[in-house]
Amino acid sequence: MFDLDRWQEIYHVLRKNKLRTFLTAFGVFWGIFMLVVMMGSGEGLRNGISQNFGDMATNSVFIWAQQTSVPYKGFTRGRRFDYENADVRALSEAIPEIKYLAPRTNVGGYNGSSNVIRGLKSGAFQIFGDYPVFDSIDPVNLLQGRFINELDVKEKRKVVVIGQRVKELLFEKDENPINKYIQINGVYFNVVGLFSSKRTGEAASYDNQRLHMPFTTCQKTFNMGDAIGFFNITSKNGIPVAVVEEKAIRVLKKRHAVAPSDDAAIGHFNLEVEYKKMVGLFFGIRVLVWIVGIGTLLAGVIGVSNIMLVVVKERTKEIGIQRALGATPRIIISQIMTESVVLTTFSGYFGLTLGVGLLELINYLLEKSGADTEMFLHPGINFNVAIIALAILVVAGAIAGLVPARKAVSVKPIDALRYE
Amino acid sequence: MINISNIHKTYVTGNNKLHVLKGINLRVEAGEMISVMGASGSGKSTLLNILGILDNHDHGEYILNGIRIENLNERKAAQLRNKYLGFVFQSFNLVSFKNAMENVALPLYYQSVKRKKRNAIAMEFLERMGLSEWAQHLPNELSGGQKQRIAIARALIAKPKVILADEPTGALDSVTSQEVMDILTDINKKENITMLIVTHEHDIAKRTQKTIRITDGMITETVIN
Repeated sequence: MFDLDRWQEIYHVLRKNKLRTFLTAFGVFWGIFMLVVMMGSGEGLRNGISQNFGDMATNSVFIWAQQTSVPYKGFTRGRRFDYENADVRALSEAIPEIKYLAPRTNVGGYNGSSNVIRGLKSGAFQIFGDYPVFDSIDPVNLLQGRFINELDVKEKRKVVVIGQRVKELLFEKDENPINKYIQINGVYFNVVGLFSSKRTGEAASYDNQRLHMPFTTCQKTFNMGDAIGFFNITSKNGIPVAVVEEKAIRVLKKRHAVAPSDDAAIGHFNLEVEYKKMVGLFFGIRVLVWIVGIGTLLAGVIGVSNIMLVVVKERTKEIGIQRALGATPRIIISQIMTESVVLTTFSGYFGLTLGVGLLELINYLLEKSGADTEMFLHPGINFNVAIIALAILVVAGAIAGLVPARKAVSVKPIDALRYE
Repeated sequence: MINISNIHKTYVTGNNKLHVLKGINLRVEAGEMISVMGASGSGKSTLLNILGILDNHDHGEYILNGIRIENLNERKAAQLRNKYLGFVFQSFNLVSFKNAMENVALPLYYQSVKRKKRNAIAMEFLERMGLSEWAQHLPNELSGGQKQRIAIARALIAKPKVILADEPTGALDSVTSQEVMDILTDINKKENITMLIVTHEHDIAKRTQKTIRITDGMITETVIN
């Protein structure tokens, strides 16, 4: 219900001392502005970092072979060994908690000498022998064609899926790479798929310089026997991958005559632990942002409350007149609380809008400049959070007005009338 | 209309007790116009405030239009003031940011009368006061006499039973004072509204039907003019 007299009074009171109103409003404005910008930046940081994980299953562990450091069962220390195809079955039989088990081999690489040639063009890339299941652990964006499939593995087909950067370096700009042949370490392979990374920044450029071929093809073509480069294992939902990691290491030590106490022989990297650290870090940042933001907001709201106290004091006589003419305490209280809510909500809404605007501007500039930012992506705040912040403002405004309003009606009308 | 008996009022400030009203008995009939005189500090304003339910009494009985005024909460008191009482103050007490018409209409606002309707009624009352062309002016653009006439219009608009005036001519020159008294006596006669006027000017008091004199918190004299 629109009540012109009420708004006239609010307008009058807020206009009477413009600088004071402005400074009070600024306190609330700044509080919510800071909250929005800090939360948005935290979100941007989080988006940026999580992008580095791509869509990779975060409950995964990598296990590879190193040199032994303890003499055991007649072997000296410093022995090198390789995992074998038989380990795959042994692991999956011994550890029911495994969801995906992807043995991988790799050939040569990145930053090395050129190993992939097509006509006059060549490049040095990372070459992996993979099972199709790998695409479930660390998915890529398939741009054209397909990934390795079971039949490729079974028939040891000489097919390969290449990264975007590989295509750029070996093919013409508009050329379709599918069904073309490239030479890898002297052997011809048919290109069946083209992919790009789901990550950003350096991680992405690393991914895009990869080639994937069937695991079996890789072993056979490059004379690896049945040696496996490393395992990539994920655990079933709800089971920490550390459980799988520990069991797998125990199984592998036993199978390869590694001393149970030898921690150096088996290399392993638990992505989940790293991911959890990251998640914890961002949770911490968020908590900090809320504490600081709410604190700043609270300071602004207390400012509003203080100013309302002063306003009520200044208007004591006027309120006295209104009460003499029949204004009930309810009318007076709701009038003062409306003033307070209007002041906080308006300035808060302004801060919210400006904060979101700033985040959008940063986002726009980031995208426009095309900077591949590894640490910062799509800053912004959740719509729900914005609504919650606004609700907090309205409630805070009401509370800020309540104390002064009660004070206004606690005076006897006659004392209010006599107040000079 | 007003019936008070044995009213006592004591103000306590720190250790000091000030016994202001020491048993006042007064009966005012409907339609009477009474002036209250007394030296400053005699308690005449306190009496008026208690009659106006702006202050409460300690002992005694106050019956206004058949309603016993005792231990009212502020909401009820505000409603009674709005319905039965009109106030005219020495310093006019107009609301500074409202124009003449809105000031007059204020009591109806508290009765939740629609803005259009209450402004129309306010214009009628301003016309009666001869101020319709000043309706859109703010109080600080008006003279003292005009302000007091607006205040009287405001006191009248809710059709009260009693008008309580605390030194209504105290801030006006003698010519304007007489004009204001003309208006008040006119209203008293035509509308039969009961009036209590606190004053310390004899020529003002003489224009009422009855003058009571208060000395040290007691009624010491009643004169029929």
